[in-house]
Amino acid sequence: MTAPADKLHLDRDHLLHLMREMLRIRRFEERCVELYSAAKIRGFLHLYIGEEANAVGVMQALGPDDAVVTTYREHGHALARGIAARPLMAEMYGKIEGTSRGRGGSMHVFDKATRFYGGNAIVAGGLPLAVGIALAGKMRGERNITACFFGDGAAAEGVFHESLNLASLWQLPVLFICENNRYAMGTAIERAQSQTDLAKHAESYAIRAEAVDGMDVVAVEIAARRAAAFVREAGEPYFLENRTYRFRAHSMYDPELYRSKAEVEAWKKRDPIPFLEAWMHNTGTLHADDLPRLEAEAAAEIDDAVAYAEAGHWEPIEELCRDVMTPPDLRQNEAAA
Amino acid sequence: MTTTTYREAVRAAHREALQRDSRVFLMGEDVGRYGGSYACTKGLLEEFGPERIRDTPLSEAGFVGAGIGAALGGMRPIVEIMTVNFSLLALDQIVNNAATIRHMSGGQFGIPLVIRMATGAGRQVAAQHSHSLECWYAHVPGIRVVAPATLADARGMLWTALEDPDPVVIFEHATLYNLEGDLPNDARSVDIDHAAVLRPGHDVTLIAYSANVHKAMEAARQLAGEKIEAEVLDLRSLRPLDDAAIMASVRKTRRAVIVDEGWRSGSLAGEISARIMEQAFYDLDAPVGRVCSEEVPIPYPKHLEDAALPQPEKVVAAVKGLFGDHG
Repeated sequence: MTAPADKLHLDRDHLLHLMREMLRIRRFEERCVELYSAAKIRGFLHLYIGEEANAVGVMQALGPDDAVVTTYREHGHALARGIAARPLMAEMYGKIEGTSRGRGGSMHVFDKATRFYGGNAIVAGGLPLAVGIALAGKMRGERNITACFFGDGAAAEGVFHESLNLASLWQLPVLFICENNRYAMGTAIERAQSQTDLAKHAESYAIRAEAVDGMDVVAVEIAARRAAAFVREAGEPYFLENRTYRFRAHSMYDPELYRSKAEVEAWKKRDPIPFLEAWMHNTGTLHADDLPRLEAEAAAEIDDAVAYAEAGHWEPIEELCRDVMTPPDLRQNEAAA
Repeated sequence: MTTTTYREAVRAAHREALQRDSRVFLMGEDVGRYGGSYACTKGLLEEFGPERIRDTPLSEAGFVGAGIGAALGGMRPIVEIMTVNFSLLALDQIVNNAATIRHMSGGQFGIPLVIRMATGAGRQVAAQHSHSLECWYAHVPGIRVVAPATLADARGMLWTALEDPDPVVIFEHATLYNLEGDLPNDARSVDIDHAAVLRPGHDVTLIAYSANVHKAMEAARQLAGEKIEAEVLDLRSLRPLDDAAIMASVRKTRRAVIVDEGWRSGSLAGEISARIMEQAFYDLDAPVGRVCSEEVPIPYPKHLEDAALPQPEKVVAAVKGLFGDHG
């Protein structure tokens, strides 16, 4: 664990909060795997297991008015942002009670209340949206920032570079968070990127950048708080490269032919949850009954979410074509909004 | 009445929008200091400043995506893509984000974004600057596509599009900017839902949009000399198509020729023809005719470009074919 630069937040309560959030995400997704096997969840399911420290650490630095743009691997971001497990699980099922009325599924979680702008399943497709949301905030004189999560694969897309350039050129308050888990689906970063030090891309666009240990939630939080404060104060973008690892396959269809079991096992030794547990244990901030209690709370929350999703409703087929365009009778009202 | 041009009408529409709503801003390549590659936005930078008349780098995906994001963030952006040819670099953002986010978010987020772009051939600028791909956009649920062919629509469609809570793509044919005509001094917004009969007739319906409306009008004048009275229907909206107006006209004239600058294969003309078959087959006295671009990248030499595109003479020939006169 890196030495905390901001000890104010590292009291026992806060550390327990970080642990609780990571456990919620881990157990939620493990349940999703079971539900996938049971054919309750279909389609693509991209798991965040192993990367939880990133969403949890970064979200600590955001306020309620800030915006979040993320990717198809976003269950962790959604939970850490404050989207309740119930509608999130219902979305996984495709039920009306889901965050997107079930229309999006695992990859397209949206939530207006928390300014959560998806759930974007085109790699790097969310970056220019984040730039635009930040531009709107700046033009409207707001003080909020936009946090934009994406993976290392995004750095090979042209629109990644266009977006970084625009954010820097126009001095927009975007916090870019590259969750570098070393694989773009099955292609290792060394096989895809001529420059594997991804933070250097940001520096080439005159954006301040730093790399952080994405397996260490406290390190991520400290870096994110510093970065977010800079973005908010300076009104400029900032780029975090969070070096992390995905323990599970890319999606449920992935036989993982592209990496060795030994590599995965080596990274699992750096699992962010036991890592925080050990550190709390060593610093005396973890009591004997803490983890069992947090585990029980997470299990109860997820049981409840699954029951909610199970009891949810399928949208009537008669409503198939809703939410494509605004109905004519609502167009004027929407326009005035 | 004031005599003006299509270009000036587009510019007046922008000025009005920028004056009426502080959420409206314009961004695109060379819209500011250069004055717009077709000079449609000349003078706006001086009047409204660089925050609202925003020159962008050559990053079509980036600034179109930023327009989508700004719409999400509460603004009413107008994004100008210099031409449809370059819009292909932004197609991902338009199709995967602008058109889907309302649906994928279960109706939580709309994208009140207007995208304008020049389209079409006819200026000897060769294959990469002459596409007519309106049909690609009109294929996609979640966006509205309009094509102003007249000064009144160039002046009036922008504000209506800006009032729409969903993304609207406006296609301006590059050969129309110098079109001259009269506009009322109090010209204002127009509906963007309906097709319009520009010339009434009872023998055949010529269905067209954008610059080809004017070719259809010229064909109708030539046909009138041969005692064939053509009705000219300006589609105006390419998505949704105004089926009611199309069928009403076709049921009256019992014949239709569609004039479409897109390539015939997979064209809007094909779609419209299919709808006429589905909805008005038993009212027809002849098969639906189509005058489209030839299946070739648009060539540079004038005689070859002219041959590749719909022309009034081709429309006249197609109409005569419906009457059993195959020349």
